[in-house]
Amino acid sequence: MSDFTDALLTARRGRRSGRPASPMARREARWGYAFISPWIIGFVLFWAVPIGASLVFSMLDFQLTDPDATTFAGGSNWERALSDPDTWTALAATFRFTVLFLPLSLVVALGLALLLNSRYLKFTGLFRLLFFAPSMIPLVAGILIWQQVLNPQTGWVNRLIGLSGIDATGAEGIRWFDNPVLVLFAFSFIGLWGIGNSMIINLAGLQGIPTQLYEAAAIDGAGWWRRLRSITLPLLSPVMFYNLVIGSVLILQYFVVPWVLFGATGRPAGASKFLLVHFYQEAFVFGNMGYGAALAWFIFIVVAVFTGLLFGTARHWVHYGTERS
Amino acid sequence: MTTQPTEAAVRRKRRNLLFSACTTLGALLLAAIFLMPLGYGAATALKDKDGVSDPNAALLPVSALTYEYEGEELDIFAVPMPDGQTRELALVEPGRESSVFVDPENPGSGTIEWEGRWRTLDPVTGLDPQWGNFSEAWNTIDFVRLMGWTLMYALTTMLFTVVSSAVVAYGFARFRFPGRGVLFGLLMATILLPPAVTLVPKYAVFLQMGWVGTYLPLIVPQLFANAFNVFLLRQYFLTIPRELEEAARIDGAGPIRTFLRVIVPQALPALTAVSLFHFFYAWNDFFEPLLYLAGNRAIVPIGVGLSYFSGVYNSEPHLILAAAILALALPVVIFLVAQRVFIRGIVVTGVDK
Repeated sequence: MSDFTDALLTARRGRRSGRPASPMARREARWGYAFISPWIIGFVLFWAVPIGASLVFSMLDFQLTDPDATTFAGGSNWERALSDPDTWTALAATFRFTVLFLPLSLVVALGLALLLNSRYLKFTGLFRLLFFAPSMIPLVAGILIWQQVLNPQTGWVNRLIGLSGIDATGAEGIRWFDNPVLVLFAFSFIGLWGIGNSMIINLAGLQGIPTQLYEAAAIDGAGWWRRLRSITLPLLSPVMFYNLVIGSVLILQYFVVPWVLFGATGRPAGASKFLLVHFYQEAFVFGNMGYGAALAWFIFIVVAVFTGLLFGTARHWVHYGTERS
Repeated sequence: MTTQPTEAAVRRKRRNLLFSACTTLGALLLAAIFLMPLGYGAATALKDKDGVSDPNAALLPVSALTYEYEGEELDIFAVPMPDGQTRELALVEPGRESSVFVDPENPGSGTIEWEGRWRTLDPVTGLDPQWGNFSEAWNTIDFVRLMGWTLMYALTTMLFTVVSSAVVAYGFARFRFPGRGVLFGLLMATILLPPAVTLVPKYAVFLQMGWVGTYLPLIVPQLFANAFNVFLLRQYFLTIPRELEEAARIDGAGPIRTFLRVIVPQALPALTAVSLFHFFYAWNDFFEPLLYLAGNRAIVPIGVGLSYFSGVYNSEPHLILAAAILALALPVVIFLVAQRVFIRGIVVTGVDK
């Protein structure tokens, strides 16, 4: 079990009720608070107070261009957020991409890890480096490279597809950035270049599975698929859960790729208008701070509900091993 | 009699070899597809403008070869000769039905008359990388200035976040105090909280303070530790034997001295990993610099700078790609040098221990 998700799942409470603490214990506690105080101050200043203030802001009519004219707006920003067609476009765009990319990235990261862990693979170190390397490419540089390689006329992807006889480069060719479905694949390609971290975590998880289990299964005559389903996947499920949680939090706040490629235009047909793009445009391009705060809380609720659901399903499929001390 | 098991062993060995070859070749093919855009980027960054926009252009940066003959630049063509050979000749005097060529390999032997229409001939091309694209991109994006600001941002915040995160991590790793579990859970929860929900008030306050348009809103919060880094360092501190600290305490060292003299030297690998992670994070950081530095384009870090550049130069993809390659060079080199520390650190965040 990953300590990381463990810490999230069970914030264990320190139980020291009743007994009065000894002077030494009190001294230790004082030092403990002193050491963690930078984080406590930061948490109050940059998380707790701003989150609360956002809620207040969401009930104000506050324009950045004219802060003196700020008035109390009640629930009108919230009503607007829920009736703004752009909000639903953004929610739909975000969910469409999440539903496509989240499973895709989990499967590819698992597949690459299985490949790197295969006893038949030679030069594992080299291949690990090759598959991880694109994750080190600065995101914007990666986006610009993919923008060109998916160029309809001269990009290698279309020219490669063209070799198979499909007219990919012509006037009726494949336009990755003009079609609301194809663009999701373009986003996915860019996203798969950043898969290195999940791949490495999966690989470490695979290497932690005791080999005796596989040997025993092989004696029982279990084939590759059976071993994958009955040993690998259950024992890897905590690691997969970690990847799933971190991945979904990141993808629900998808911003840089659509912004660099399309700005706030939402092209093609709203497919690049993700929740965070919509929020950024309203709050910081148009300067509607009150409305922006309401949208930010909307995003907060979406992320909280989604991750809450994931944690809710965890006990049905995440295998908490008994080996944990 | 003993041949039976050996034969089976040989067969098994052969089967394993076959599996190995197939798996490795498959992985190679997959890696080639995965990294193909990089090859495209490098090839295109070295092309001239015509080579970039022509859909039928060669994959690699090429241009038509020429040959200087009697003070003139002549184009070279692949000329089919009457004897069935094809020779690469320079066109001296084009004519309608027949033209005069010269052999660049052997100009002393005089000119060659050729019957046929020279316009039907294919020009001969050769590899001709435009290294000048890189210097042009370097100057156009003002790479030195972008790098300077990016390094300033990355290194300052790296120092801040590593120091503060190590201090906080030590507090969570070694001291017992009421509410420790809850506070640590809260710290972990900030990883899942969408930062957007804090941005509007933070922006309004920073604007009021006159910090928008400067690096202060990006740098100052790094003084207060970061959940990922704290988690990683705490996990590492927990593996350091307590006896070392007890020995220091018996020698009369207080907690601060123990931390500096015992823990920090022991935890150098973890501190290096966190520093590297933060360096890459800062190099990639886009959203907050875009937000807080808007209106001050002269000081943006590399990610935002590249996106401005690609917006303006979108008709010159070779320059955009040259700039992208300039931007990825340093992080990739650092990664190649430090990959061991790096990959170990990723494992710590995701898997036990």
